[in-house]
Amino acid sequence: MSLTLTVNGAVTRLDPAPATVAELVRALDLEGKRIAVERNGEIVPKGRYASTGVGPDDRFEIVAAVGGG
Amino acid sequence: MNAPADPSTLADPLVVAGRPYRSRLLVGTGKYRDFAQTREAVVASGAQIVTVAIRRTNLGQDANAPSLLDALPASEFTYLPNSAGCYTADEAVRTLKLARELLDGHALTKLEVLGDSNTLFPNVRETLKAAERLVADGFQVMVYTSDDPIAARELEQIGCVAIMPLASLIGSGMGILNPWNLRLIIEQSKVPVLVDAGVGTASDAAIAMELGCSGVLMNTAIALAHDPVRMARAMRLAVEAGRDAFLAGRMPRKLYAASPSSPTSGLIS
Repeated sequence: MSLTLTVNGAVTRLDPAPATVAELVRALDLEGKRIAVERNGEIVPKGRYASTGVGPDDRFEIVAAVGGG
Repeated sequence: MNAPADPSTLADPLVVAGRPYRSRLLVGTGKYRDFAQTREAVVASGAQIVTVAIRRTNLGQDANAPSLLDALPASEFTYLPNSAGCYTADEAVRTLKLARELLDGHALTKLEVLGDSNTLFPNVRETLKAAERLVADGFQVMVYTSDDPIAARELEQIGCVAIMPLASLIGSGMGILNPWNLRLIIEQSKVPVLVDAGVGTASDAAIAMELGCSGVLMNTAIALAHDPVRMARAMRLAVEAGRDAFLAGRMPRKLYAASPSSPTSGLIS
């Protein structure tokens, strides 16, 4: 079963469907990276990745620190 | 190395949000060729506080690719995430909240809300709105702003921990365009005032410190120098020299009134 989400502005189909944010982060190869996750406009704290569900048509922003002034 | 020093050994620390720092030079991490050059320049600058931007992470990239924070670890540096690229208070607050989450609750933050994509001039009204919300939410806000002393005063009254007026436009290297306004802001402020934006070369940084700034924040001046590492070193020295000159108390200017340094008596004839 797959799930269609928007991640960082791009419509993404994930198969198998991640049930939680933790599974999404793992599926995107971002586990253990220094990131922050926003789901439908709300920040999901790292401690709640495993307990936050992922639903169809969810919009995610996943950010990292980059060079800047 | 660049890690926060033992406060009792610092003779003249920069104190921001109650925390002392040896270095009064803060640097950005953008515009470098790669992370190796970024690190080399930042280390040469002696900076302890480094700004970072917050952007969408690249998906589908090599999971083992090094990141900026690997090159500049938290054990050596204090991060100052910025809201660069934001044009509204909402965007800035949203970005800085994400930054705080990314950095495990790190409260120190650089607020920047732009009003124009060509000049990158700050939108002071949106900056004030964002500052109020961020301070209320427990952030320690170092705020980039124009050199308007009234705006600076209002930002301080809101509770920003540092006021950072531009010297000139971001990335322009035009130096300090209005030392008079800068001086007004310095004289009225109880929190540190740091010049942020527009520094082009070492003398600009020295002048900022001689005016009484608590510190200087720069990025392009180092990153786009022909020899960034050498310029980073020059900036380190310039900030120290300017600070020493300020603390030494300069001689008065005497317009058109010369006075010889050598004795006027005992001349042979």
